Amino acid sequence: MALISLEVNGMPVRAEVEDRTLLVHFLREHLRLTGTHVGCDTSQCGACVVHVNGEAVKSCTMFAVQADGESILTIEGLSQDGKLHPVQAAFQEHHALQCGFCTPGMIMTAVDILARHPHADEATIRSELEGNFCRCTGYLNIIKAIRAAAEAA
Amino acid sequence: MYTAEFHYLRPSTVDEAEKLFAASADARYLAGGQSLIPAMKQRLDSPSELIDISRIASLSFIRKTPGALMIGAGTRHAIVAASREVHDCIPALAVLAGLIGDPAVRHRGTLGGSIANNDPAADYPAALVALDAVVTTSRRKVAAEQFFTGMFSTALESGEIAVEVEFRVPRRAAYAKFPNPASRYAMPGVFVAEFPGEIRVAVTGAAACVFRAQEIETALKQQFAPGSLAAVDTTPDGLTSDIFASAEYRAHLIKVMAQHAVSAML
Repeated sequence: MALISLEVNGMPVRAEVEDRTLLVHFLREHLRLTGTHVGCDTSQCGACVVHVNGEAVKSCTMFAVQADGESILTIEGLSQDGKLHPVQAAFQEHHALQCGFCTPGMIMTAVDILARHPHADEATIRSELEGNFCRCTGYLNIIKAIRAAAEAA
Repeated sequence: MYTAEFHYLRPSTVDEAEKLFAASADARYLAGGQSLIPAMKQRLDSPSELIDISRIASLSFIRKTPGALMIGAGTRHAIVAASREVHDCIPALAVLAGLIGDPAVRHRGTLGGSIANNDPAADYPAALVALDAVVTTSRRKVAAEQFFTGMFSTALESGEIAVEVEFRVPRRAAYAKFPNPASRYAMPGVFVAEFPGEIRVAVTGAAACVFRAQEIETALKQQFAPGSLAAVDTTPDGLTSDIFASAEYRAHLIKVMAQHAVSAML
């Protein structure tokens, strides 16, 4: 067992975890932050993407002990004062989801893309979404939403 | 999905990491974990100790020296892909780093982790071999061609840690990758580098281990143009055949990717 202290969505968290606990299970089962999803569990689908120190990572491919001392942002921490983040609003506006399962990972990845490429064009968005799978939408509205968020910024 | 149980250790120096390894029963070093953790989840690997070297600050750097570019083994792919020094010095290397995995993988995965794992379809081994790199480990220096010894195997001895890679700066270079449409791993990837009086061509994702394509090097030495490869007969002997591509198809793709790389250099 390991004692870890970290920041999750701006709040300090201290917890005792098994060494083998994955970050995604720590978030979902220990902190009950179930917005972060487990889609494939083989590091491919991106439903579990969260930000670690401001960078998108797959939380199923990192142990919770590795997050000791780090700052984590999940989908639950994205809206401010009850107002949706511009990327969340764009996903809603452009109907960028059907079943919604991949959406938390898509949005966390989109926020990361726009942090690195504030005026991302369609080709950039398409290649940057390589690690996120959606099985409903055909990606068109997801790309539209991210483009709209980029233009609004 | 849970891995088997293990004991997590986080040393702050390379020296301390090696001591912990020596005192462990069946340890693995954990760098970015983007191959190791999935393998542990599938129970393909179940070390008794995991020694996390990802926070050893001295392993993460990019430094230019006369004629060479030094990159710390702990440097993450996203850092290499976005580095001004790498872009100025060996742009093909920055391009290659930006083609590994996906953005989330590149935020965690490291140069040292990639070369120590030596996946037959990994991108970095092609760059190291073509750029005549030297790997400095915690114990010695090893030339890239001697470092990669076979499928998932390297010259690293038990407990030895890759510390930095010294890339020779070429006159010009390019990397052309045919990604597997599903996994995006190289199938194959060809790195072409031109040095004064020397052309080096390394191929990944086509056989059990990265290799130099001598017939392509010879043809390019005669005339450095995509057309000079038209008559080259890349052999399927020793290449991988699997559900994605036959050895013959891979042999063909090696030539086509080499032509793409040469075109990009002209």
